[in-house]
Amino acid sequence: MVRVRGLRTRVGGRVLHDNLEFDLMHGEVLGVVGGSGSGKSVLLRTVIGLIEPEAGDIEVFGEDWRRLDDAGRRVLEAQWGVLFQDGALFSSLTAAQNIAVPLREQLRLQSPLLDEVTQLKLGLVGLPGDASAKYPAELSGGMRKRAGLARALALDPQLLFLDEPTAGLDPIAAGAFDELIRDLRASLGLTVFMVTHDLDSLIAICDRIAVLVDKRLIIGTIAELLRNPHPWIQAYFRGPRGRAALAGLNGQAVG
Amino acid sequence: MQSAEAGFDLRTEGDALVLHAAGRWLIASAAALDRALGRLAEIAPGTRLRIDLAGLERLDTVGAWLLLRTARTLEAQGVVASIENVAPDFAPLLDQVAKGEVAPLPAPPPEGVLERLAAILSAIGERTFAAGAEIRELVGFFGLVMVTALRTFRHPSRFRSAALVTQMDRNGVGALPIVGLLSFLIGVVIAFQGADQLRRFGAEIFTVNLLAVGILRELGVLITAIIVAGRSGSAFTAEIGAMEVNEEIDAMRTLGLDPVELLVLPRLVGLVLVLPLLAAYADFMALVGGALMSWGSLGVTPPFFVRQLHQAVGEWTFWVGILKAPFFAATIALVGCRAGFHVSRSAESVGRLTTLSVVRSIFLVIIIDALFSVLYSRLGI
Repeated sequence: MVRVRGLRTRVGGRVLHDNLEFDLMHGEVLGVVGGSGSGKSVLLRTVIGLIEPEAGDIEVFGEDWRRLDDAGRRVLEAQWGVLFQDGALFSSLTAAQNIAVPLREQLRLQSPLLDEVTQLKLGLVGLPGDASAKYPAELSGGMRKRAGLARALALDPQLLFLDEPTAGLDPIAAGAFDELIRDLRASLGLTVFMVTHDLDSLIAICDRIAVLVDKRLIIGTIAELLRNPHPWIQAYFRGPRGRAALAGLNGQAVG
Repeated sequence: MQSAEAGFDLRTEGDALVLHAAGRWLIASAAALDRALGRLAEIAPGTRLRIDLAGLERLDTVGAWLLLRTARTLEAQGVVASIENVAPDFAPLLDQVAKGEVAPLPAPPPEGVLERLAAILSAIGERTFAAGAEIRELVGFFGLVMVTALRTFRHPSRFRSAALVTQMDRNGVGALPIVGLLSFLIGVVIAFQGADQLRRFGAEIFTVNLLAVGILRELGVLITAIIVAGRSGSAFTAEIGAMEVNEEIDAMRTLGLDPVELLVLPRLVGLVLVLPLLAAYADFMALVGGALMSWGSLGVTPPFFVRQLHQAVGEWTFWVGILKAPFFAATIALVGCRAGFHVSRSAESVGRLTTLSVVRSIFLVIIIDALFSVLYSRLGI
């Protein structure tokens, strides 16, 4: 669904990606990890067209947003959903109004169907009914992310981009969020591109993991990456936290 | 987006009605499907309805919701509805949508003349109380700042002189171009209008007196205060507000630092020191503008202008204006800073409070100016 070749991005005079390439297959969850400041979020923003790369090809659904006109770009953008780090809800709108924005702008839905669909999406991400009339400032971090996810899913996209979906959540909320994404992926058939720091969610929901080191992506399953001799990858997965998370995985596999 | 090919048809098969859903039941065609499904409400109670999904090509959450909702509302009307021939691909989606029980919408507020009137009245009451609370809080904030100022005065080493200099540079030196230009233009305009009117009495020369009194007593300092309220008052609110959003103010408190001492005092003292100087500069620029205009349109040469100015200006004329400046400055700084501390943790409130602080400080500046006029007339200055 996403094909990136020879990508080169430069932010603030620093080259973050050089000759980076990856493919995102239909129906898979790809987790992107990397050190702080290595350009994970920049990569996500480049793929969805918020940052202009210096060189390279980016194709999403077989189309390059740089070669489309405005109308074509809007059509393309309506086919993916993006969840930003803290939800990026519009602070002047309630949770329900936030979700209604894409429905109203893209599809011109009218009430009462608009309200029904909005409430449906809220229910889908597990938000209680009384959250819909609240403003983002009144919601907890976990609820903001859920509302952000509901907005990202408003147009029933095939492809979902998540930027650190579990960062800043407590372990229980993070676990619940992982489960939510897994459920939604199973029922909606989503393809997910997920930037994360969270080893547990990598292990819990990702099919393949892409490690951003040396301005490139090294992609593989956890088992493949564990065999990779790169020092950063070894430090990442073999460090105390990595070992703890993997121990959970092995326990699951055995039990 | 492909919106075509979604639909259904209704047929009687044996003893039951069968709804054959076909095509792509996607969000793009939701509005049309919703309208079409609305007509099913006419099915008589007791009928058996089978919803057959065999012809369905694609389904998303909204399509699934429409199917489930149709089945549910019809069942509520006494129709026996069932969903059949669900393709394995769609089953989890239907389950998920059915599981994610839709929370009912909060009831809309009652709409009646009396209720609306009551709402208006209670809104007025709330606003009035809020205004009272605002005034009380502003006075309270003033007191807090004064106490902090006195404490700092006893320990002068704690005063942040670097911050003070920064504030004076930003709010004083930085305002020179705009204050100078605007005062100059005001001088030009007053000289032009004054000369036009006074010419009818053959009293053109009194344009100089008009300029001197009008600008030195009132306009110079007022214009300066309004510009500074717009420039610096808004900056105070936005700066402190952004720090509040970022939890920097809370961080200061936990580190044992006093945000009033650190943030408010340098801004307050800086502005109090700088605004009189700016006002004097504005007076000068406006008089220059007026002098040039008088020269151009009345032929009053600069030396003659200066001589006439000496006659028009009393001992106090200049000081009457400048004396007001520190009061204006304190008002602008206090209103601006206090609004900054009131920011809640959202970006929207920064914008709202910045507007509020500018409007409020200009309002208060003009009120204080009026009070000064009363005071001066009592004193006979």
